[in-house]
Amino acid sequence: MKHFSLKATIASAAVVVSMGVTGAAMARVDGDTITLGSSISLTGKYATNGLHTQRGYDYAVKVINEAGGVKVSGKSYKLAVKYYDDESTPARGAQLAERLIQQDGVEYMLGPYSSGMTKAIAPVSEKFGVPMVEAEGASRSLFTQGYKYLFAVLSTSEQYLATAIDFAAEKSPDPKSVKIALAFEGDPFSMDVRAGVMDKINEYGMKVIIDDQLPADLSDMSTTLTKVKALKPDALIISGHSKGAATAARQIDEMKVNVPMIAMTHCEAAKVQEKFPKTSNGFLCPTQWVETLSKSDPMFGSAAEWNAGFKEDYPSYTSVPYQSAQASAAVYVFKKAFEAANSFDKDKLRDAISAVEMETFYGDIKFSAQGNNIAKPMFMRQIDASGTYNLVEKADDMAYPRKVAY
Amino acid sequence: MSMNKKTMFTYGGLALFGILGPMLFPQYTLSIAYLWMMVLMASTWDTLGGQMGYNSLGNITFFGVGMYVSAIVQISFFYDGGVGEYTSAMGSIKPEFTAAEYFWGLGLGILAAGIVGLALSLVFSSFMFGLRGPYFAIGSLGLAIAVAEVTITIDYVGGASGISMPLFPGDIEFRSTFFYILCFAFTIVSHFLLRWLYSTQFGLAANAIRDDEDKAEAMGIPTLAYKRIGWAIAAFFMGCIGAVAGNMAGFIDKEVAYPIPTFGIFMVAMALLGGKGTLWGPVLGAIIFHVVKEATWTYLLNLQWVALGLILIINIVYFQQGIMGWLKTKYPELFGIVVDTSNIADDDEKEVAR
Amino acid sequence: MWDNLQLLFVWAPIINVQIILDGIFVGAVFALSAYGLALVWGVMNIKNLAQGDFVIMGGYLAFALHQLQVPLVLILLIVMPLMFIFGWIIYIVMIRRILDQDMFVSLLATFGLSLLLQQVINLIFGPEVQTIDMEMPVYDAFDNMVTVPSSKIITLVLAALIAVAVVVFMKRSRAGQAIRATAQDPRAARVLGIDIDRVYAFTFAFNAALCGAAGVLVSIIWVIQPFYGITYSVRSFAIVTAAGLGNLPAVIGAGFGIGLFEKYTGTILGTAYEVAAPVTILLLVLIYRQFQMRRNRQVVR
Repeated sequence: MKHFSLKATIASAAVVVSMGVTGAAMARVDGDTITLGSSISLTGKYATNGLHTQRGYDYAVKVINEAGGVKVSGKSYKLAVKYYDDESTPARGAQLAERLIQQDGVEYMLGPYSSGMTKAIAPVSEKFGVPMVEAEGASRSLFTQGYKYLFAVLSTSEQYLATAIDFAAEKSPDPKSVKIALAFEGDPFSMDVRAGVMDKINEYGMKVIIDDQLPADLSDMSTTLTKVKALKPDALIISGHSKGAATAARQIDEMKVNVPMIAMTHCEAAKVQEKFPKTSNGFLCPTQWVETLSKSDPMFGSAAEWNAGFKEDYPSYTSVPYQSAQASAAVYVFKKAFEAANSFDKDKLRDAISAVEMETFYGDIKFSAQGNNIAKPMFMRQIDASGTYNLVEKADDMAYPRKVAY
Repeated sequence: MSMNKKTMFTYGGLALFGILGPMLFPQYTLSIAYLWMMVLMASTWDTLGGQMGYNSLGNITFFGVGMYVSAIVQISFFYDGGVGEYTSAMGSIKPEFTAAEYFWGLGLGILAAGIVGLALSLVFSSFMFGLRGPYFAIGSLGLAIAVAEVTITIDYVGGASGISMPLFPGDIEFRSTFFYILCFAFTIVSHFLLRWLYSTQFGLAANAIRDDEDKAEAMGIPTLAYKRIGWAIAAFFMGCIGAVAGNMAGFIDKEVAYPIPTFGIFMVAMALLGGKGTLWGPVLGAIIFHVVKEATWTYLLNLQWVALGLILIINIVYFQQGIMGWLKTKYPELFGIVVDTSNIADDDEKEVAR
Repeated sequence: MWDNLQLLFVWAPIINVQIILDGIFVGAVFALSAYGLALVWGVMNIKNLAQGDFVIMGGYLAFALHQLQVPLVLILLIVMPLMFIFGWIIYIVMIRRILDQDMFVSLLATFGLSLLLQQVINLIFGPEVQTIDMEMPVYDAFDNMVTVPSSKIITLVLAALIAVAVVVFMKRSRAGQAIRATAQDPRAARVLGIDIDRVYAFTFAFNAALCGAAGVLVSIIWVIQPFYGITYSVRSFAIVTAAGLGNLPAVIGAGFGIGLFEKYTGTILGTAYEVAAPVTILLLVLIYRQFQMRRNRQVVR
């Protein structure tokens, strides 16, 4: 063994390089810039929604900076976001959160996309006492952990599709006889949505006749739909992020699935009204936010104005997904909190966030002691024949049964 | 095999780095912990893959199984409601473990993870070692995918919702340091175990199996037993480190436990990068890989996978004997081409001669 | 599970027709990419892990052409040559250099290629799920219990046409004969004046073209996403392992078999097991073949 010294040299050189290349630490407030950190899914299975989220953050940062930025102690600061790509894997997300905090010196975090990722990252920001305002982790279980530094602007996930069950019950003379088919992707978010749906189903004493768990890589759900056709449920409930919605819409069309009521998450994010205009007629889609909402704020204006401004910057959207809107709202919370705290101290900021109580284009924001937003309702919309989303506030607003024109 | 001066120097340097690194750069503690974890993965993969020529793509299975086994042990020992209740609450139950309970649970969990991993490898051994070459690689990959897919259908371990691991009873710095020490310690133990093992008859037999298994068998070497031992060692350590990784992550689900397209393949790539079938190749490969990966992830956002793919291709297509082999052919004088009696150097010579 | 079995055999046996049809459509597409894999594996001993990504790449090319209003038949005729050229380039840049290496080198190099392709596709087209909606009629039968979209029928016909063309090509043409000769004995082939390097390049490019064709079909009947490639790779490997190398009828048979197995597993046990199904088949085949070989004190290599 003659060549160990060479190996050692290489090894130590490598280590030194590693220190050097990743050592460019950034201060949390550098000159007149406040840096927020976020690990977001730019690749992997959540990439579509990761992108919606990132655009929401970027748009808000742009608008806020153009309007003069954030004023702390009489001085104006610009906002900036430092991103890393978590590849849609929770372990990577947790690692990157640590990097943002420890190596990049970030002291204020914006959330990642999806509940699973937030579950992985929240313990990290909590450990370091870094306030994180997140916009995309809706799972109920995030807010039962006693996290002090986690705040979510959105409604929790058990509310997503539970209203659909209420509607189904109202439309039926005997709720107990209602038969439900469930198809949920195997991931923490969808499981949580399912838990909310199951609570309602049990409450009404309905019958679940199909309960399929969709694998993450499945690009074909024809087996589930075949069963749906054979068993004829009264309602089909689907949750599988954007790709689940797209796959479902595509195959519901091809298999002429004729269920009086179909509800699924992520319609807007998957652009089903645009890609499958014919089939998506009658889909019920839960949303955190609607652009017709009559709420507004001095920064972004009304919901419609935010919507128009965002579309101008990102013209590829025909219907803006709520994921982007809530991302913008999260950035806005930071601005408000910084100005209220009038300080960069992360604990003072944390207290300021928890005290935030405001009206925004996204709806009212007020955090419970657990950190979730309790001032904002969830909405249900239905897609009509022209591809427009119409608000459904009660069961009678809904076109039922779904008008199918295969 | 005794250590000469240069070996001592290498160990000294690495030990110094391992101890001083986290002290001088506390913000890198976990990053370095992951580095050791990758060294362990690559080194233990090499036992079967490099030394014996059985290229497993499924070693990550033991990692994930270890993670879940440890979680079950940690919860079931000290939470009265049992694992089922804990997981079905989807993380809303936060039992307050005392420090003693936590560390006992963790210790037992890691041990159980290693043992179950080892046992699982013996089960796999019973039907996998009739496969050679690509069939073994693909079969083991299939095992990993199948185990991962089945895991998320088991409600007992939280199904697709995953498990939130018990909270660490201590402050952040202590937590990082604690898990760092665990990673470092497991890497050291595995390294010296393998170092010793390769110097015994095991090393000779392993290489005989790699070079020509039929002849080795004809010579009376109990090849199956050696292969079993090789895989069992890897499985044991992968199980243990999986348990540690699960607790480090704080939340486990299929993606965390069975990172097949990332760590599952990375460990092989690292061994190949450094030079497989040697003691030091995987170590070097893991270090370089980790550094390159961290650097690209930091500076080439959005392009990191492109960069990684390119690195893999260039590495494999143009530096096929790994960095060690390439250096050796390019600058033989650095290595002072000497006929060496130790089997490791022998193999290196063969690699070059090919 | 009991309910599902009853559903299949007592309550609505007609859905068996639907499941079998779906299995056949799935299988036909798998068979195409699997046959390409069998070719490169058998002829040049390359295990191409980027197989699925070639499929997805073909799908995205088709998607891009469809955006430009190119008709379906033309899409296929454009994508296949494009993929052929792409395959040839990949052969020259990397595959040629790893030909004589042990099998693991080819697995890892193509894994690197797979990462690269996924990411480049992601950068160009974005991560959204895409599909080509031909907006063609859907036929139904048995009181709407069985539906067959005409796009799937067209796809099946196209797949069959390609398969026939491949068989004829391999049997009759000079190039096909050269490929088969090289697969049997590269040395003898070289002695007889066959340019081995060209044959290899052609084989690899041909494989890419077949994957591209499969990709076009996939984008028409299902959905594509930059990261979906891996499932096609796994299925291709499963089929080839089950069917053996270079035997097109066996590959097609195995393709249908795996397609059906997947669909029935999904129906009876639940979709959660649908991805694990082809993998399980792969393992079962491997184990069965081992025991078969063990009787003669041999191993699967």
